[in-house]
Amino acid sequence: MLTGLSVHELAGRFRRKEATPTQAARAYLDRITALDPKIKAYMTVTADRALAQAAAADARFQSGRPLGLLDGIPLAIKDVLCTRGIRTTCSSRILENFVPPYDATVVTKLLDAGAVILGKLNMDEFAMGSSTENSAFFTTRNPWDLARVPGGSSGGAAAAVAADLAAATLGTDTGGSIRQPAAFCGRVGLKPTYGRVSRYGLVAFASSLDQVGPFGKDVRDAALVLQAIAGHDPMDSTSVDVGVPDYSAELEGGVKGLRIGIPAEYFIEGLDPEVEAAVRAAVETLRDLGAESQSVSLPHTEYGLAAYYVIAPAEASSNLARYDGVKYGLRVPGARDLIDMYSRTRGAGFGAEVKRRVMLGTYALSAGYYDAYYGKALRVRTLVQRDFQRAFERVDVIVAPTTPGVAFKMGEREDPLQMYLNDVFTIPVNLAGLPGVSIPGGFTQTGLPVGLQIIGKAFDEATVLRVARAYEAATAWHERKPELTA
Amino acid sequence: MTQDYETVIGLEVHAQLRTRTKMFCGCSTAFGAPPNTQTCPVCQGMPGTLPVINRRAIEYGIKTALALQCSVNADNRFARKHYYYPDMPKNYQISQYEEPLAEHGRLEVEVGGVSRAIGIQRLHLEEDVGKLVHEGSLETAPSSQVDFNRAGVPLMEIVSLPDMRTPEEAAAYLRSLRAIVVYLGVCDGNMEEGSLRCDANISLRPRGAVEYGTKVEIKNMNSFRNVQHALEYEITRQARALETGERIVQETRLWDPDKGRTVSMRSKEFAHDYRYFPEPDLPPLDVEPAWIERVGATLPELPAARRARFMEAYGLGAYDADLLTGSRALGDYFEATAQACGKPKVAANWVLNELLRELAGDDERALAACPIPPANLADLITLIEDGTISGRIAKDVFEKMYRSGEDARAIVDREGLTQVADAGELSAVVDQVLAQHPKVVEDWKGGKKAARGFLVGQVMKATAGKASPAVVNSLLDEKLPKV
Amino acid sequence: MPDPKITLAEVEQVARLADAEKEKMRRELDGILTYIDKLRAVDTEGVPPTSRAVPMVNVMREDETTPSCPREDMLANAPDPVGDLFRVPKIIEE
Repeated sequence: MLTGLSVHELAGRFRRKEATPTQAARAYLDRITALDPKIKAYMTVTADRALAQAAAADARFQSGRPLGLLDGIPLAIKDVLCTRGIRTTCSSRILENFVPPYDATVVTKLLDAGAVILGKLNMDEFAMGSSTENSAFFTTRNPWDLARVPGGSSGGAAAAVAADLAAATLGTDTGGSIRQPAAFCGRVGLKPTYGRVSRYGLVAFASSLDQVGPFGKDVRDAALVLQAIAGHDPMDSTSVDVGVPDYSAELEGGVKGLRIGIPAEYFIEGLDPEVEAAVRAAVETLRDLGAESQSVSLPHTEYGLAAYYVIAPAEASSNLARYDGVKYGLRVPGARDLIDMYSRTRGAGFGAEVKRRVMLGTYALSAGYYDAYYGKALRVRTLVQRDFQRAFERVDVIVAPTTPGVAFKMGEREDPLQMYLNDVFTIPVNLAGLPGVSIPGGFTQTGLPVGLQIIGKAFDEATVLRVARAYEAATAWHERKPELTA
Repeated sequence: MTQDYETVIGLEVHAQLRTRTKMFCGCSTAFGAPPNTQTCPVCQGMPGTLPVINRRAIEYGIKTALALQCSVNADNRFARKHYYYPDMPKNYQISQYEEPLAEHGRLEVEVGGVSRAIGIQRLHLEEDVGKLVHEGSLETAPSSQVDFNRAGVPLMEIVSLPDMRTPEEAAAYLRSLRAIVVYLGVCDGNMEEGSLRCDANISLRPRGAVEYGTKVEIKNMNSFRNVQHALEYEITRQARALETGERIVQETRLWDPDKGRTVSMRSKEFAHDYRYFPEPDLPPLDVEPAWIERVGATLPELPAARRARFMEAYGLGAYDADLLTGSRALGDYFEATAQACGKPKVAANWVLNELLRELAGDDERALAACPIPPANLADLITLIEDGTISGRIAKDVFEKMYRSGEDARAIVDREGLTQVADAGELSAVVDQVLAQHPKVVEDWKGGKKAARGFLVGQVMKATAGKASPAVVNSLLDEKLPKV
Repeated sequence: MPDPKITLAEVEQVARLADAEKEKMRRELDGILTYIDKLRAVDTEGVPPTSRAVPMVNVMREDETTPSCPREDMLANAPDPVGDLFRVPKIIEE
């Protein structure tokens, strides 16, 4: 079944002419029609466009001139990335009918690589959330247990890959929004180093934290997609002008002699024992493969969450100021005057979590509070970065849990603070701007996926991927698929 | 009992920079395009877009800072300034706050022959906002309409210290500042079109007091005259209020040029807390000394220095020097002409009278379109000075030069306009004229001075204007008494 | 550091909420702000603030025009376009 294949396997079929891009696109579109009503990963399916793109890919394969490994591969994109001519909602009412007249840089890169775009994926509104329950329209289900959340904010992107509703997807990660859903959905999710991938066309949530990254069925797929989207972009002044290595080249290099750090502060009281067991077992597996491990200390871990929940809302309150009904998006009619229009539009257009964060952020930046909140949080951020710098003087990668627990039931986490605690292991990595991946690390007794996080030095995605691949090859968790019937 | 008040004035000037493109995107800054045709997702603040700094705008900022004797801050960065208004695409403006491009400068201002240095607190860069348009009048229009062409155009904000003490001084400061930015080529300086804007802060305090009074911000002054009149009005208004024991409200007032008064503006912005924070989408700037030096090397001679030099080197009066240094291009033209012919005062005369009369303006564009290059004008002047042609003929030749672009000598030679100075030749003509106009001669003898002018005119007519006035006059001196 | 009491007025300003929701929102925010207070315990004396992971300076572009977007594209998403302009209600002066 074509939809069960990974990107690299599918690419192999195309090359050997055993299948065509159009067949693959149709297979995925059929599966979406059959299964997505249950999963609800997709916000918008772009079937006609996808088939047209697939036909063009067919022609390239027939003439013997395919563009590369992603040519003809059916992908889907989190609805926070702008796609020209395709509605981009950020799962918010305020952008419900917004159709961007331009593509995000990463979208352009994928299209230039010949990828086929199946559609846009559901998310927490404006990327704020850890369960996709904050989508203004509907919640995506976890393919492993339809009563549970897929994680967030890139819930749709993770679920789509887990349910074989796309060969790979693009998500975004600001405080864990790729890695946490990857963990909950049992797939690979990579957050690159800040500045590795262009943010142009990524609807901003927290400018100094947001990054675009791939979800893949396996590590090699994640490497392939990262290869296509990484690189300096003159339209993004925060993207770094550093060469892009061949991420697939070293993938099978193994971990002999590699130094792994286990952060003491990540093994806290609230950590689910099954998650802890899986992570410790993973370390053993890596040691068996030739790596060395040692304990490292990241003493400011507990303050990372607090710092993040000042910095991210502060930047978000600023980035979301533009949604006012003037030039695009929702405008609530019947307003008395301009001020009324602003209030009504933002009142109706934003959900509760977005409002909460906008208020928090406005507060943190206001005169009199700036130094105590935003200013203070930026200094704590420096300390978090220094923690990692010091640890990386002694180790090459850090291995840790991705989340404190596994996928929870929908509606279970109502208290915002409880929800925020999901991200306690992922947030410090965003604050430090480092690359991190979550890969399948096992399953609980009840069959729910457990994520394993691997964190690397800045711009050292290659090592992170190599370690991930070594573990994956030794364990084969990624081969397990959720049971789904139409 | 009238208290003696001292006026304290500070000016905040916004200059639109003459870059080709906007501050943070590649849209054109050309004036006058149809609405919303010079925009893109970035300057429209569409979701997902990001700013990228225009290098030339920074350069122009550095250049201006140097001309104003500011110290350039090597480390400076952009910050977001938040407020809601429909002309603000992102509802924040990317500006500079705690770390501006330059600070601590000064500008010499002359009023009534007395020169004073006005302090400049800071100079920073920011993006301009869009334009609100109304059907009919601001009061009666049911809605506003927005054109974002101007949104994102680079602005340089120059804030003075509250050092000015009179409206004349404020106007003079503005004039000097304008002259500098136009000389540097960084701004058009067009207040009517809005490429140079001025807001004032004005307060009164009892003379001798150290603390400042409550300051009032004045906006909507779109010419030097309006700046002066608005400030004069404010002084009167505030003094009157203070005298009757009224408290001055710290507010923003708009100058109404038709009614000749300032009017309180209802608050336009909804939060006076701008919630500044460093722009996370833009890495900071580190302006290296080498860059500053390179820019410094491109500074032209500034208006004040040039004016002083013209007066000294060429013996020009203040009035003429002022006019000739009104634009850099005009000064360049004058100087080239003066140096080529060696007669600066004559050159000044020709440039300020004949040339300016023909030109469409005195700016770069007008001078560039001038059909008479400085060398040709210098040539013409030389022809007058060496007696080849008379002053009056020269005016005709000038006009012909302007129409045709030909040089002076070619026209003089072709049309035989060389001055006739031969006494013998002219003697015959004078005799003839005297013979033809006996009545006029009688009039002159009777004391009518104007009669002589008529006779000179007749000689000129007879010689098609080519007679040397000096020779004609000396001949008449000789012959008239003898008739 | 001031007491993190977020007021109902502040909540009102940013969000239009029914009264019951406003109080709930206020309580939630108060809780979050209390949590954030733990930052007070961190000694940041002499620690500079960091905005980005990788230090960069002087990212700039040349002053060359690039094509602007066609006006129709820019107005296509406008809630109330009028001719070539975006229309908005006026502010009613009090």
